[in-house]
Amino acid sequence: MSNIRTNRLLDSMFKYVGIACTLLAIGVLAIFLGDILIQGIRRIDWSFLTSLPSRRAERAGILPAWTGTAWILGLTAIIAIPLGISAGSYLQEYGTKNRLAYIIELNIANLAGVPSIIYGLLGLQVFVRLFAFGGSLLAGAFTLSLLILPVIIVATREALKAVPNSLREASYGMGATKWQTTWLQVLPAASGGILTGIILALSRAIGETAPLIVIGALAYVPFVADSPMDEFTVLPIQIFNWVSRPQAAFLVNAAAAIIILLGITFVMNGIAIYLRNRWQKKISW
Amino acid sequence: MKPIEAKNVNVFYGENHVLKDISLTIKENTVTAFIGPSGCGKSTFLRTLNRMNDYIESFRKKGKVYINGKEIYDKDVRVEDLRRKVGMVFQKPNPFPKTIYENVAYGLKIHGMKDKAEIDARVEKSLKQAVLWSEVKDKLDKPALSLSGGQQQRLCIARTLAVKPTIILMDEPASALDPLSTAKIEELIHELKEKYTIVIVTHNMQQAARVSDRTAFFYLGELVEYDKTSVIFTHPSNKQTENYITGRFG
Amino acid sequence: MKRTGEIIIEKILALCGLVTVLTTAGIIWVLFSESWGFFKIVPLRDFLFDTEWTPLFSEKRYGILPLLAGTFLTTAIAVITAVPLGITIAVYLSEYANRGFRNRIKPVLELLAAVPTVVYGFFALTVVTPFLQSIIPGVGSFNALSAGLVMGVMIIPVISSLSEDALTAVPKSLREASYGMGATRFQTAFKVVVPAAASGIMVSVILGLARAVGETMVVAIAAGQQPNLTFDPRQGVETITAYIVQVSLGDVPHQSLEYKTIFAAGITLFFFTFLLNNVSFWLKKKYQERYE
Repeated sequence: MSNIRTNRLLDSMFKYVGIACTLLAIGVLAIFLGDILIQGIRRIDWSFLTSLPSRRAERAGILPAWTGTAWILGLTAIIAIPLGISAGSYLQEYGTKNRLAYIIELNIANLAGVPSIIYGLLGLQVFVRLFAFGGSLLAGAFTLSLLILPVIIVATREALKAVPNSLREASYGMGATKWQTTWLQVLPAASGGILTGIILALSRAIGETAPLIVIGALAYVPFVADSPMDEFTVLPIQIFNWVSRPQAAFLVNAAAAIIILLGITFVMNGIAIYLRNRWQKKISW
Repeated sequence: MKPIEAKNVNVFYGENHVLKDISLTIKENTVTAFIGPSGCGKSTFLRTLNRMNDYIESFRKKGKVYINGKEIYDKDVRVEDLRRKVGMVFQKPNPFPKTIYENVAYGLKIHGMKDKAEIDARVEKSLKQAVLWSEVKDKLDKPALSLSGGQQQRLCIARTLAVKPTIILMDEPASALDPLSTAKIEELIHELKEKYTIVIVTHNMQQAARVSDRTAFFYLGELVEYDKTSVIFTHPSNKQTENYITGRFG
Repeated sequence: MKRTGEIIIEKILALCGLVTVLTTAGIIWVLFSESWGFFKIVPLRDFLFDTEWTPLFSEKRYGILPLLAGTFLTTAIAVITAVPLGITIAVYLSEYANRGFRNRIKPVLELLAAVPTVVYGFFALTVVTPFLQSIIPGVGSFNALSAGLVMGVMIIPVISSLSEDALTAVPKSLREASYGMGATRFQTAFKVVVPAAASGIMVSVILGLARAVGETMVVAIAAGQQPNLTFDPRQGVETITAYIVQVSLGDVPHQSLEYKTIFAAGITLFFFTFLLNNVSFWLKKKYQERYE
């Protein structure tokens, strides 16, 4: 038989334990970020942003890395966005009960749980070797596109689901075809939610390291890529490369590069969350 | 050639037999009201006339429906053309989340009209026909959702009119509106009758009496009585009709 | 005729969806075909039972156990760290916290999940390891503990967010019944709500586990690149994922056995994560049935 006083004690204790754990998780994040800021902020200057890497830490910069990240972001967006929105539209507007849709959904559910490095192995055999793209930006972009495709598809579906059916009815009632209704009414109405999902997916893509290493993105790239067939590096790989060096000065470089990477990531996530809030208010009609 | 002719129409949702052997003919430039208690099939029958029931998975139909002389469930019928000619206004106003102008222009664009001047002219004409032009002419680029409920419904009527239908189906068009807006809609129906054939589903009997030339009383999926409105409401032939009209059940 | 236009569009959209099917097929084909080549040379028994993994050395041994041990050790530490914390946070947020607090905390937890893993790796190596070295004797500059702890922090959001969803899905009526009998929030939470949400919470743990198993950069940076069959968290270990990275960074000729080892490692990894994910699907289905 439990004692009322013990129960009350446990209850109020747990309240503090709960807050403590929550604050612990956040506190650890704060320590991470604080530490990285302290280590790296002073290293960031114009020459850091515009120099090539070098064997001398003070001269090394992230120019190829951030331009590589920009390239990968752009190419992945071009490939994954149309594919993802199309597939999501198909599943939600066209194929809700047929077998093909079921198979696609099953695949998406499974793919979500596949570690990103396995996508790297896939990309290595298919894009790098079979399609002969080599260890290029194109191979990297295709690999990352496959990785984030399920995320965009699910986001598209959720956004489409939230569009009230009365909109579709109004459009069909006027004699619009399914595609006209989807393209002219439903997708525009869902665009806020879709955009949020896309930005979150791309933000994840630029943080990916392992799959790009596997497909052959180089760790030491003393040039700036200027075509999709070029070899490349990206910020996370540059960071990894510097972290693996013994000299302390390279760790400072790594911290500085991390600040840049986190800056981009947080800005993208922030925009996505802002858009999500705005869109959710809008669709309550 | 009658605008609407139904012959022995039976509708099933899966195992449910929701419309039983409906036959009726609707003449041009008339207003016909479908009345009856909730769930008796009047909306279902209305939606059979423009094939909006196609979207319900378990929908099955027997019998024939002729619009302007053509069986609309024939394989070679383009349902999009059908719906241009047979427009529909829904119970809850559902304007598109776009500007007022774009709402009316939408139907024109999807049916292929491209010339901007032509579209502008049509938009103005339709809004005038729906007695909305004077209220919105200076704010065509404002969101449709900023209009009041009654105005939104008239906008929905305007966009239907824009594609020049011959028949307009209205599914309880005023039930979500306040009395003033309802009165405006009823006035509008009266004016539109000169050019269009109108079928209106309503659960408001007084409205049916005010607005329609002929009335069809549906009960439990059957067409119980169909006659001139004045007859239905003063000396109906069928006892059930009389019971419904006099409020013995609702 | 517009009809054909519509049909073509539908087919194109469907094809886009098929890309996901092709991806799965591609993964399976790639892993199996290259591993097939590997297992034609290395007997499965050696692979599964040999205790050394030295494909890149002159004396080549191909036992996967050291890599499995590395993965297992780091994952275990991560899960031991993340599960109590994650579930506690979830219970606190769903049963105790008020809406304002929850709305402010949840975005921050999301932020935790958004940080790229290489950043966590940096932190593990430059802050956690020195700290551990100062309080525990014998901690190597590469060690499983540091990587495991940081991975744990990394997967807290996975566990806390999914568990919280499971907890909030429990109908209010159950809580009211418990409070109505005079139970405290703590008793209601742990005796009524958590058991009711048990399968959802388990799903979150399994998914967190799967995430840790598949994690690469934290372990590649902080746990080390030396295969080491041990359960001592103070030592450096190499995980399956870190090995694949190690080989990819080097210059290994494409047709060689060394190259194929990454696929043998990959298929092992895939096997475990596939298993874990499907167990979680099965659990989720069982849990959904309960509320329908």
